[in-house]
Amino acid sequence: MDLRFTPEENAFRQEVRTYFTTEIPKAIREKVEIGEHLSKADMVAAQKALAKKGWAAPHWPKQWGGTDWTPVQKHIYTEELQACSVPPPLAFSISMCGPVIIAFGTEEQKKRFLPPMYNLDEWWCQGFSEPGAGSDLAGLKTTAVKRDGHYYINGQKTWTTLAQHADWIFVLARTDPDAKKQLGISFILVDMKTPGITVRPIQTIDGGVEVNEVFFDDVKVPVENLVGQENRGWDCAKFLLGNERVGIARVGMSKQRIGRIKQLAAKVMSGDKPLMADERFAEKVAAVEVELKALEMTQLRVLADDAKRKSNMPNPASSILKIKGSEIQQTITELLMEVAGPLSLPFLPDEADFGTGEHWAAPAAPAYFNYRKVSIYGGSNEIQRNIIAKAVLGF
Amino acid sequence: MDFDLSDDQRQIKDSVDRMLAAAYADLKTKAAAQKEPLGFSKANWAQYAELGLLGIPFAEEHGGLGAGPLETMLVMEAIGRNAAIEPFLSTVVLGGGILRHGASAAQQAALIPDVIAGTRRLALAQQERQSRFDLADVTTKAKSDGNGGYVIDGEKVVVLGGDSADTLIVVARIAGERRDRKGLGLFLVGGTAAGVKRTGYATQDGGRAADITFADVKVGAEDVIVGPSGDALAVLERVVDEAIAAISAEAVGAMGALQDLTVDYVKTRKQFGVAIGSFQVIQHKSVDMFTALEQARSMAYLATMMASEDNADERRRSISAAKVQIGRSARFVGEAGIQLHGGIGMTMEYKAGHYFKRLTMIEMAFGNSDHHLRLLAKAGGLIPAAA
Repeated sequence: MDLRFTPEENAFRQEVRTYFTTEIPKAIREKVEIGEHLSKADMVAAQKALAKKGWAAPHWPKQWGGTDWTPVQKHIYTEELQACSVPPPLAFSISMCGPVIIAFGTEEQKKRFLPPMYNLDEWWCQGFSEPGAGSDLAGLKTTAVKRDGHYYINGQKTWTTLAQHADWIFVLARTDPDAKKQLGISFILVDMKTPGITVRPIQTIDGGVEVNEVFFDDVKVPVENLVGQENRGWDCAKFLLGNERVGIARVGMSKQRIGRIKQLAAKVMSGDKPLMADERFAEKVAAVEVELKALEMTQLRVLADDAKRKSNMPNPASSILKIKGSEIQQTITELLMEVAGPLSLPFLPDEADFGTGEHWAAPAAPAYFNYRKVSIYGGSNEIQRNIIAKAVLGF
Repeated sequence: MDFDLSDDQRQIKDSVDRMLAAAYADLKTKAAAQKEPLGFSKANWAQYAELGLLGIPFAEEHGGLGAGPLETMLVMEAIGRNAAIEPFLSTVVLGGGILRHGASAAQQAALIPDVIAGTRRLALAQQERQSRFDLADVTTKAKSDGNGGYVIDGEKVVVLGGDSADTLIVVARIAGERRDRKGLGLFLVGGTAAGVKRTGYATQDGGRAADITFADVKVGAEDVIVGPSGDALAVLERVVDEAIAAISAEAVGAMGALQDLTVDYVKTRKQFGVAIGSFQVIQHKSVDMFTALEQARSMAYLATMMASEDNADERRRSISAAKVQIGRSARFVGEAGIQLHGGIGMTMEYKAGHYFKRLTMIEMAFGNSDHHLRLLAKAGGLIPAAA
């Protein structure tokens, strides 16, 4: 047993860090650091900088711009990406739809869709959840009826993140109304400019408009946009949701945020001493650090196991990463809000500038509210417990 | 980076697993062993020696395996998994640790071979009535006899394995005030030396301990491990850190066994006409136990890896972090294990309670979670503030 990284791995970490801190615009990384919302232009610029180096989708096959990195190298890349506050490549294309097209799509689909995903020339969003289909995703009701070489899609998707920027959406729709639940669902790519699509923004409790409702009214889509087999879209969905858990622990990001909380709490005064010198607060921070260290070690164990198993199925223990990772992220937003104290009260939806020089305090409460989502999305933590109960404990 | 065991390590693991699984297959055997004169099975102890387990951390020149914290972890995990009560921790990890890190070559050569052979048990007489978790809080006095020797007076309490130890390693104050970090010494004292009075008793977890008074106990110059010129506290801290790594592994063993026992139980226990494990509330509590166990396992690895770290500051932070996680996980897994078992979990005839009791005592040993969280916070935590 040896839990250290090799000298080569440490050199790789240094190389990655140097690129991130010199080639990704500082202004963008600072926004990520303090938790400000990023514009579409920011995210495109950051991903293009990664793409230029060939690092926009390390887990894709080399042919499509991926790398032949080891699992440890991929882990280091993700950790450094988070530690250096680099906006991650757009998950909906790079981590979700891209891998589905690579695994299930045709050559034509790969050639058509993967390059613009890689360079973020086309923006993707995810059409999975519906008002009546959240954790019970297979309960979805949106239909796609085949007629004259086209699918006609009708229904409603919701919680569609950044649909307002999107050029494309990947949709799960029911193609066989008589089949039961998971059977009869298809995975279809839809151009957002198609007539019949309406996007309605949803304001969330943090004040942001990250998510949307997307309505489909007789939206006409060529049958070539079906990925995989008709009525077998659930296979794609399961594959995608398995991938979604990768990197979900966000250890690098949490470390960076704790470092920042300590920096701020050393300056903010509580009575006659810095907040960081307050024993109760310092112990709360230390308690999160302990949990995070344990999670980091657990992640390394999962990683070492994955490297050995050489299988595409995620380790069931990765559900722990989702549960603990999300809890820790939430606790950290709570601590930052605590640092801000009364300065977290002002509601400033359109500008991050606090106007009093306390620029850092404005996003604290919104981040806390916004991060309630991390234990809900990607399979809620209750669903993750069901997964562990079944896959690990054998219930 | 890998979490694999070498062939030698696997062999140690297999042999200790097999030996303890057989020895502890029946709780009646354990109860009988507790009634033996030593308070544990002499035959089991002989088997530890026979398998070479008592020589794990000692140098090969003394007949040991020259192995490290990882091999100790394997033994401690097996001890935890079986709720075993032999004094491996007190003799090999605590007493042996002081000999390895503090004793002279002559003292090591005189004592270690017997320890490895299973013919000499050790105990670390450190804890005092008032000292709680502060290793420097020592009032037992060591007065120089003018010839390099000392005379010891004072009282130690809850000395683990203290009643059956052949040799006691006593922490006593040569100079300074009650809680001074300087002025401590470490001394070898025979378990039955003149002036030593031991009151032995069982502990909550089925082990043994003793309160020991020292009245004018004479220690020759050759039995001084660390005198006024050395740093006894540094040696003590190092050994206690190794002991925390060791009981972390023991806790993981106990939690793992309790987890398995609990999951098996709720899958077969029927109420309302179905196995209670079919209820989601039971499943989710089991999953939370699993998560707590795995987080603890991760930190036990960290503690094992850091136990041999020479940088005391870095070592202490990691060890404290591990102890916090172990303590919190142990409390949760222990309580949930009993709760999910229901009534049967309350009986001494069933193993769940044995694990729970040992886990509870581990949380109280060498600083509880709150104590280590405070230490960690005071040391600045694990992550530096952003620049």
